Amino acid sequence: MKSTYTNIGGRLAALAAGFAPVSVFAEAGQPTPWQLGLQDPVTPVMENIVWFHSWLMIVITVITLFVAALLVYVMVRFRAKANPIPSTTTHHTGIEVAWTVIPILILVAIVIPSFRLLYLQRDIPAADMTIKIQGNPSWNWTYDYPDLGLNDDKTSKVVFTAYLKPEKDAVADKVPYLLATDLPMVVPVNKTVKILVTSDPDGIIHSWTVPSFGLKIDAIPGRINEDWFKVTKAGIYYGQCSELCGKDHAFMPIEVWAVDDATMAKWGDFMKTGPKPDALQQFLKTIKPAAQTVASN
Amino acid sequence: MAMAYAANEEHSHDDHSHDPTGWRRYVYSTNHKDIGTMYLWFAIFAGCLGGILSVMMRLELAQPGIQYFSGLAQIVYGASADAAVDQGRHMYNVFVTAHGLIMVFFMIMPAMIGGFGNWFVPLMIGAPDMAFPRMNNISFWLLIPAISLLVISMFVGGPAGMHGAGTGWTIYAPLSSFTGHPGPAVDFAILSLHIAGASSILGAINFITTIFNMRAPGMTLHKMPLFVWSVLVTVFLLLLSMPVLAGAITMLLTDRNFGTSFFVAAKGGDPVLFQHLFWFFGHPEVYILILPGFGIVSQIVSTFSKKPVFGYLGMAYAMVAIGVVGFVVWAHHMYTVGLDVDTQAYFVAATMIIAVPTGVKIFSWIATMWGGSIEFRAPMIWAVGFIFLFTVGGVTGVVLSNAGVDRSLQDTYYVVAHFHYTMSLGATFAIFAGWYYWFPKIFGYMYNETIAKLHFWVTFIGVNLVFFPQHFLGLAGMPRRYIDYPAAFAGWNQVSTIGSLISAGGVVIFLIGVVMAFVKKEKAPNNPWGVGATTLEWTLTSPPPFHQFSTLPVIK
Repeated sequence: MKSTYTNIGGRLAALAAGFAPVSVFAEAGQPTPWQLGLQDPVTPVMENIVWFHSWLMIVITVITLFVAALLVYVMVRFRAKANPIPSTTTHHTGIEVAWTVIPILILVAIVIPSFRLLYLQRDIPAADMTIKIQGNPSWNWTYDYPDLGLNDDKTSKVVFTAYLKPEKDAVADKVPYLLATDLPMVVPVNKTVKILVTSDPDGIIHSWTVPSFGLKIDAIPGRINEDWFKVTKAGIYYGQCSELCGKDHAFMPIEVWAVDDATMAKWGDFMKTGPKPDALQQFLKTIKPAAQTVASN
Repeated sequence: MAMAYAANEEHSHDDHSHDPTGWRRYVYSTNHKDIGTMYLWFAIFAGCLGGILSVMMRLELAQPGIQYFSGLAQIVYGASADAAVDQGRHMYNVFVTAHGLIMVFFMIMPAMIGGFGNWFVPLMIGAPDMAFPRMNNISFWLLIPAISLLVISMFVGGPAGMHGAGTGWTIYAPLSSFTGHPGPAVDFAILSLHIAGASSILGAINFITTIFNMRAPGMTLHKMPLFVWSVLVTVFLLLLSMPVLAGAITMLLTDRNFGTSFFVAAKGGDPVLFQHLFWFFGHPEVYILILPGFGIVSQIVSTFSKKPVFGYLGMAYAMVAIGVVGFVVWAHHMYTVGLDVDTQAYFVAATMIIAVPTGVKIFSWIATMWGGSIEFRAPMIWAVGFIFLFTVGGVTGVVLSNAGVDRSLQDTYYVVAHFHYTMSLGATFAIFAGWYYWFPKIFGYMYNETIAKLHFWVTFIGVNLVFFPQHFLGLAGMPRRYIDYPAAFAGWNQVSTIGSLISAGGVVIFLIGVVMAFVKKEKAPNNPWGVGATTLEWTLTSPPPFHQFSTLPVIK
């Protein structure tokens, strides 16, 4: 039901904006060349964002075309040649009330679904799994899985830092440079995952985001921000730091693998063994979700 | 000198022989028109500087990878080839920062408030000068050290081993704290903002006093031209918001240098506090940038439609409403910092309300044209361009006001597109409209109509090519302030860069037009625009006498 809405809304919006015929639809998880709209949704929140954004696109396109049409009409109809004697009308209470009240009604039609979406995002449901995420001053992200077991000193058994995959490795592995990381954050599909996001206490602000999740939350020193997602489709999803954080702001990507429960358990067990980097990379190849089809340019 | 000048003022009525000449006329100036002219030249200079920075950024972003900035860092900072990679990345952020601060504080504000405001607020209300002429002088001259400090900040130490403040114009702590920028670059930027802020506050006091006390007999508040109304609202916003910025950056300065910890999390401070303070200033600031443009466009639309403004009171109080509500929406810039959901809901609703008075303005401009007898001279074309492009920037603002959707768009190129549609295509179009509208009055020469229209069309095509594709990039998820990006974003970035080069061509056409007007010296009549131009400045000669309204005009 929802996805039908999404498609109709998206197409209407694209049509209204006049770029439907050449529309390239986004693949899940990453941007595609000449993309025009939002990335495809893989969480309920993002599905609602896409739907609501399509609704907004219709409203603002109609408004913009209406203003443009009025401008063109007055410029043609009331140009000096066509209308040499200007009128002296400077007031019309009716129309002034109308152009105050009608926009208010339009805003009401926007704000109701807007609030519904906002409370869906920020009323955080009970979590199946909690993951701690920290943005580091050296421009990378640390992922900490307390639910996969604790050591005697109460630290998590599964903790790792994900770095940008260098360009030559990204090319060799056929993954998108500046989106791919050396180690993925692995999460269970169809489970509510709560994330607790912060930054190094002596660090600076970063922002953790995955566009296809419809999620963006700042990582702030001294604060723990919570957010959530429930990925409904197994796959690989990318994001990028979204708060200016210094020279390598553009070089601290985010890569999330959403996998089934069995794979998740396998990955957790393997991580707890403290594998060597090479062994870990070999292992990851065995559990990597199906490759995404990426539209070529 | 001061005494000589005072004496001069006493019998200045018809005797211009004692008017100061040469460099003294400008450096010691207490004349609102000379000061206004200096503000305008200053804004043109700063605009070119900020524009060059933006073209460099667009060139860098024309394709994925780092093309220019590593080499630039080697040339400018003498970095070694190894260090140049990091220095170049940081240098890009420095350019982002300087471009923003220059365009906001040293281009748009000086042009609109200092330039057109100084020139036409006294003329339009029938006043001989500003209320505090010497304060007016210092308001202008403070800008020179201010912009100098900002330029210097680009060349002194920033983060360890690098140069300049790469903080963005938002200078968020702790990136701008000792943590992110141990070098003095941020201190220079802070002092620059302090001085520019002092300049603005002094100017604001001057305008408020002038408008409240120096209106000619019969010029009631409800008879004031809308440009004067727009400046009045603007300077109130300045007076109330600038001290908040000053407070925030002073705390930042003491955090950096004197061991305080207002924004240091590890010592009990709060980085988010800085964002609240910054945006409590920053959001009124964006209305400061656009409101005088509203006023300019109102004057021009009325003049060239040969009709009084439709719904004058609604227009005036719409600006007042925008100003008031503009103070209570600041946290819509901060939806992702972790504000609780009800707070976000409030800021969604409050922000949307601003669309109502903005809509009133758009529709009133169209209603002013409706039934008019419209002459499409260059100022009118720029004004109509403003109305349309500002509408586009306005509706994307409505999209962004929704916290739910902003979750996807915050800190992406969608935001960059949105605020450049209101600033680069809104405020700047209003400035050029005002420039061509008042150029004959200010300088006494006519501009070249063909060049002015060519300037419009080249700029219109250029800036739309720059910024419309950035909506697509933002929706696809490209974050802003990125020197390099995944290959998927390459296409629209390339289009955007082409647009940037076309826009730069527009600036060149503009400068050629200015030079040509001064070479040709085609004398402008007192009122080149005909019956529609009803405000007081058109009753004076072009250019106006050094001192006008020695006998105050009476407004019936």
